[in-house]
Amino acid sequence: MLELSHISKTFNPGTVNEKRALCDLSLTLEDGDFATIVGSNGAGKSTMFNAIAGSFYADEGRIVLDGEDITFTPEHVRSKFIGRLFQDPLMGTAPHMTIEENLAVAYLRASTGKHQIFSRVSRKEREMFREKLALLDMGLEDRMENPVGLLSGGQRQALTLLMATVVTPKLLLLDEHTAALDPATAAKVLDLTKSIVKERNITCLMVTHNMNQALELGNRTLMMDSGRIVFDVRGKEREGMTVEQLLAKFAQDTGGEFNNDRILLSTEKGDRA
Amino acid sequence: MFITPEILQTALEVGLIYSLVALSLFLSFSILNICDLSTDGCYTLGCAVGAVVTMSGHPVLALVAGMAAGVCSGFVTAFLQTRFHVQSILAGIIVNTGLYTINLAVMGFSSNYPIFGKPTVFSMIKGIGKSTQWKGWSPLLLLAVFLALICLALRWFLSTRLGLSIRATGDSPAMVRASSINPAFTITVGLCVANAMTGLAGALVGQYNKTSDINLGTGMVTIALASLIIGESFSKKSQNMLWRIISVVIGSCLYRVIISIALRLNVPTEAFKLVSALIVCIAIVAPQTKEMVSFERRKHAGMERHVKDTEGRQ
Repeated sequence: MLELSHISKTFNPGTVNEKRALCDLSLTLEDGDFATIVGSNGAGKSTMFNAIAGSFYADEGRIVLDGEDITFTPEHVRSKFIGRLFQDPLMGTAPHMTIEENLAVAYLRASTGKHQIFSRVSRKEREMFREKLALLDMGLEDRMENPVGLLSGGQRQALTLLMATVVTPKLLLLDEHTAALDPATAAKVLDLTKSIVKERNITCLMVTHNMNQALELGNRTLMMDSGRIVFDVRGKEREGMTVEQLLAKFAQDTGGEFNNDRILLSTEKGDRA
Repeated sequence: MFITPEILQTALEVGLIYSLVALSLFLSFSILNICDLSTDGCYTLGCAVGAVVTMSGHPVLALVAGMAAGVCSGFVTAFLQTRFHVQSILAGIIVNTGLYTINLAVMGFSSNYPIFGKPTVFSMIKGIGKSTQWKGWSPLLLLAVFLALICLALRWFLSTRLGLSIRATGDSPAMVRASSINPAFTITVGLCVANAMTGLAGALVGQYNKTSDINLGTGMVTIALASLIIGESFSKKSQNMLWRIISVVIGSCLYRVIISIALRLNVPTEAFKLVSALIVCIAIVAPQTKEMVSFERRKHAGMERHVKDTEGRQ
């Protein structure tokens, strides 16, 4: 369970560039919740992710994950149990290292003691990596000695997904992780995401700019504006909701229209990728 | 003969010692993607500490001491970078400047410190055999075996989980933060190991020259970078780590051979730094020029074809 209570973050305080990125934001995610997040540019979606992942410390408020207060836990410690995917498929992997080496680095999360730091990838682990790669159905299991830089964006994002979940995280943060991929690949990576999240019952937050996706995927939809969560819908109410209603709700709650072209474009198309 | 075996031998001996510094930069510059400019000072530090310990009668311990001194220097550089977020170049320069005084202090505030009357690792190995041949070639043999072991150890180190984490730190900072690796830790370990090799090179060169000098390290970072770049032009970022490591050593030896050729051509000593700089320049520029020439050729051929085609149509 993830609990954010009264999180605030201001960038460049006291300067002309002062920006209140998160304002008294509170959110509770139950175990196994899969929430999609929509919102205009600059609504604070990525900032919230950064606050949860520990890229910076919040100015105010508390973050509790599975009963443990992680408000002041450093980023690299949090990443032991928080998986993360970025929009840029190049960010999540090391291009000059092989697929196997990338997975081995990601699998470090599984190690408990420091005594293992001088050990090498074992045959058993290599077999496990191969099996997991085979699940992606991209032929990567036969290319484990290839540098990741040779893979396509979609393959790299699928690999990043595998790396983020090779040790089941307590929380998975997906920051528009399919937005930079072509439609077919995006659909594939999304299907993989769905199956992995469902299979292992991972608590998951996903930013999307696709309104259909926002309502279809997961069990909750959050809408953000000006650093706050303005709308949180789930259950029966969510099932019956249409994209038009969601947009209307946004206008009503924020007193404004969506400023995001990508969102507006995505509402017209019926496809989900 | 233009290049006598003796000249080649000396070039290889010095090249092998210098290759430790090149390997140090390989780790910090190529793998960790950090500009560590403390190399000059750290090299002299290793030499000074090594010389002092050698003079107390422990030539092997001197090598360990030189390494330990390098680790300390690397730790300070890393500490400034990771704890206080000082830019890597600045951190290196600060440490380098500070080391000058420390090096003087180690040598008893004298600008040089000769090693005499005590055994060195080279005199020890020479003492094993009786023949003149053994006495001539054993130092090179010792260094070659030593470097081979270091290369294998480095190859092993970079394939362990810690080594992989260090490589990832230099390759993709975003991924490292998402993988529960503490970049401050990996940078610290990486710079400590790198500077240990620099310190070791200093300690070896002190025993090799039988002296330590405060200005010994001046320009070392340029020489090591040149060796590294010459070496990497062989391996071209190959996936095979051992080959990448060995090619750095080859690059360093090749650099010394080029220098000895320059010496044979009676280049005056005053012009030496300029010659070194030119060699570095050529090493860096050569691959680029090759690419440019091949592009010009392609362009030329393409244009000619175009002219022929238009003529053909008329």
